[in-house]
Amino acid sequence: MSVITKHTLSPEKWVQSYSDYLYNYTITRVNNDDLAKDLVQETFFAGLKSMKNFQGKASERTWLISILKRKIIDHYRKINSTKGKAEVRMNFYKDGENEGQWIEERAPNSWASDADKNIENTELKHTLEDCIDHLPEKYSMVFKMKTIQGFETEEICKELDITASNLWVIIHRARTQLRRCMEDNWFNN
Amino acid sequence: MSKLFISCDEATTICDKNQYGEASLYDKLRLNLHFLRCKICRMYTKQNTLLTKIFGGYAEEQCAKNRCLTTEDKKKLESEFQKKLK
Repeated sequence: MSVITKHTLSPEKWVQSYSDYLYNYTITRVNNDDLAKDLVQETFFAGLKSMKNFQGKASERTWLISILKRKIIDHYRKINSTKGKAEVRMNFYKDGENEGQWIEERAPNSWASDADKNIENTELKHTLEDCIDHLPEKYSMVFKMKTIQGFETEEICKELDITASNLWVIIHRARTQLRRCMEDNWFNN
Repeated sequence: MSKLFISCDEATTICDKNQYGEASLYDKLRLNLHFLRCKICRMYTKQNTLLTKIFGGYAEEQCAKNRCLTTEDKKKLESEFQKKLK
């Protein structure tokens, strides 16, 4: 004989019990403090609103995370719509006989031969941070999930509802833009 | 199967993918063929490898940070939430 425990909800304890967990989950994905706090708050509010739909099959925490996941996808969709598209600078010709080739003034320049020294330098990390902050939000979100947080490609695709080839195009654009930014502000500065 | 000779845009996309160890063998073959006739993309790749090292160091630092809400943040959240609970 087995006893199935039915989970219950105690919203009065949510903030105390889960806010750190939800915040941590969010910040590794959106990497913006204010936005992460907002999403956590929205998750609690949405949870409260839909308490009657809770069936007790999952734990309270799992249930709240599933709500938060929707919030993150919604956010990604929002930044993926028209706004984010025009911001990234093109590095390659989009059409014509030179399609796919480097645009001359955007092509890489050579770096000093000692460029690989001092890569643990704090100043360099600040420069990198600035460069990441200058990426359009959609690019920085995917880039950070993949590169900084080390998520699997499959997981990012699932969470943000994008295809793998979509992901690589975004990573490619983010990295070419970062390369350029680091060249201008660090390596050849 | 997609084409053997690729543009710089495609080559650097493969190069970026390869930084995460996720480029296929065929991709790597196409990339190396492209290198034979493109100095710029060769340079891009060299720089990209260095950037990957830098990103890695930065990532380690970021992940070591304990990311929690401050007590003040929680109080604020709690009071907003209590309003809704009533």
